[in-house]
Amino acid sequence: MRAADALCEALKAEGVKHVFGIPGGASLPIYDALYDADFEHVQVRHEQGAGHAAEGYAKASGRVGVAFATSGPGATNLVTAIADAHMDSVPTVFITGQVRTDLIGTDGFQEADVTGITMPIVKHSFLVTDPHQIPDYIHKAFHIAKTGRPGPVLVDIPQDLTKMEIDYEPIVSAPKLPGYQPNTEGNIKQIRIAAKALANARRPVLYAGGGVVNAGAAEELRELVASDRFPITCTLMGLGAFPATDDQWLGMLGMHGTRSANYAMDEADLIVAIGARFDDRITGKLSEFAPRAKFVHIDIDPAEIGKNVPAHIPIVGDVKKVLPKLTGEYRALGADGSRLDEWWRRIEGWREQYPLEYEDTTDQAIKPQLMVEEMYRATGGEAIITSDVGQHQMWAAQYYHFTEPRKWLNSGGLGTMGFGLPAAIGAKVAMPDEQVVCLAGDGSLVMVCQEFATAIANDVDVKVFLMNNGHFGMVRQWQELFWEERYKSIEMGPSPDWVKLAEAFGWTGILCDRKDDLADAMRTALDADGPALLDVRVVAKENCYPMIPAGAAARDMVG
Amino acid sequence: MADGTKELVDLDELRAEGGLTGRRHLLSLLVENRPGVLARIAGLFSRRGFNIDTLAVGPTEDPDISRVTLTVDGAVNPIDQVTKQLHKLVNVIKIRDMEPSSTVAREMALFRVNAAADNRAEIIEFTQIFRAHIVDVSRRSITVEVTGTTEKIDSFERMVRPHGLIEMARTGEVAIVRARPES
Repeated sequence: MRAADALCEALKAEGVKHVFGIPGGASLPIYDALYDADFEHVQVRHEQGAGHAAEGYAKASGRVGVAFATSGPGATNLVTAIADAHMDSVPTVFITGQVRTDLIGTDGFQEADVTGITMPIVKHSFLVTDPHQIPDYIHKAFHIAKTGRPGPVLVDIPQDLTKMEIDYEPIVSAPKLPGYQPNTEGNIKQIRIAAKALANARRPVLYAGGGVVNAGAAEELRELVASDRFPITCTLMGLGAFPATDDQWLGMLGMHGTRSANYAMDEADLIVAIGARFDDRITGKLSEFAPRAKFVHIDIDPAEIGKNVPAHIPIVGDVKKVLPKLTGEYRALGADGSRLDEWWRRIEGWREQYPLEYEDTTDQAIKPQLMVEEMYRATGGEAIITSDVGQHQMWAAQYYHFTEPRKWLNSGGLGTMGFGLPAAIGAKVAMPDEQVVCLAGDGSLVMVCQEFATAIANDVDVKVFLMNNGHFGMVRQWQELFWEERYKSIEMGPSPDWVKLAEAFGWTGILCDRKDDLADAMRTALDADGPALLDVRVVAKENCYPMIPAGAAARDMVG
Repeated sequence: MADGTKELVDLDELRAEGGLTGRRHLLSLLVENRPGVLARIAGLFSRRGFNIDTLAVGPTEDPDISRVTLTVDGAVNPIDQVTKQLHKLVNVIKIRDMEPSSTVAREMALFRVNAAADNRAEIIEFTQIFRAHIVDVSRRSITVEVTGTTEKIDSFERMVRPHGLIEMARTGEVAIVRARPES
């Protein structure tokens, strides 16, 4: 069998149904094999779009997302998406064509050392040097991408090798990787100590992150929260891991989190971090972060434990396996829930004093927060929402009350503007029966607007709700608050005409600039046949609050 | 349940591990013998802001596996993080933070030293004291091969430096675990 066909067979054996990509010279043999492959190739319009679509596919479904690119610029265009998948632990496999083996190292046409370029931002990578390695490397790539802490794996394949004949037999056994054995169980002694510490805590907080979503452990998390009246908060990546409508929910924590969540962390005596990594957007000023707290840290990646904050009770393991044990051990202790009464009185005080709120306009001008609330109503709170990066992302996190995991797909760690549209396309391909809406920023959307064509060409019915404030809004906010209003290069100006642009690509385009029209406009867009863009003109200079200024402590939240 | 019952964990007594150890660590890594593995290790150190003091790479008894021995200053690098990050590299099979008391560690160095007629005898004498070998001689210089612990090589350097050290090359330490005494 031709090695390129073996590649497709290996992908099929891994259960691949869709891949995203763009062909090119070095990947011609692979695309020739794709001609006969049993899975679908979704042709995008820029390789970055292929990468983010693969991420959206993976985040929405939990299955491995796959993107293809050719050598050189095709491969380098994937780099942002690979870095994004690395930061947010997204199970993805990136397959790049490479120049012929005799050209490697000669600065050949469309040659780029993509394994070298991506080395710091992949979970692992393979450079194929023998065509027989191809199926083996594909299986290893999938195994590494989806097990342990998920992440991106790159397989770079020289063009000449894909044309060679090899013997291919499906590989059924687990791949042999002596240096890769994730520890998933969690040390039961440590779990017992954690349960006993929880039972003795007077001001505990559970702090859950994207790891809970990745592990498919939302149900297990709910069980732990329900085992006593533990207050719970989630990171941006963890939203949906616990229902935002629950009484024990404090709201998101971190830079634009609620005061209740941040103050609870600040005063906690015990913080249980669950699949979360104490990012600087969570901790603020590290030396003043949760100064009274001891930390239980549960993570499948041992290197996360003790990286940013000390772990007093480290537990290395898959949260899906660790949480039921922790819940069981805690319940067995029969702790008296009334010890938390005083803590809840304190939290209720913050909730009353500092609810998430904004001042609505008295005219027809649309506040961005209102737009998110209206979007929540229009979708029944049940859509898969993707977002770009900036103010609209934070407002979505605050005002769209996610109740289920894998419904909120955004770029958290890398903060990649332009993530939303291609991720929505990937999510819709993975979950065709779900409503998928990209809440876009106007600064972000223009960076990837070529992917409007992808949605039409591949008949992918996504909706884009554009929060159009005419600015790089978050940068504008920072220039206003921290740079003495010396506004520089933050205005988007009047172009493009988004309705016309959408229509030019074959989308339905709708403009809304009046509050009274917003609900109907959203309904029209959601009901439109095929992709639709709703350009919502929102109040331009609204700031996103509350906020922990960069480098400040939670106690010093403003707004 | 009453507060602070003994079977519960007193939060005030919890201590976190990790941080800086304040001493030099010798890490012995078994890695897959493949292209790019050293680049992954070196890249990890640079992007995480860790420093390598010495690095030695060579084959092991198994042709598929290489040994990387590196020394890292635990006063400025969090060794716990260094080893955990190294463990994440798929090509790194095993890491051992070598315990000084149960480790045999050796380094080799070559010194080319000024050795004119007036100090030649002294250089030769140092060589004998350090049980080193003279491996090259010219009219003006002597090249000495010294093998031993890092401290021994450091002190040889201190001895010969006043005589004019023209060039020095050191391998960095390699190490192996001491066999347990027969019981």
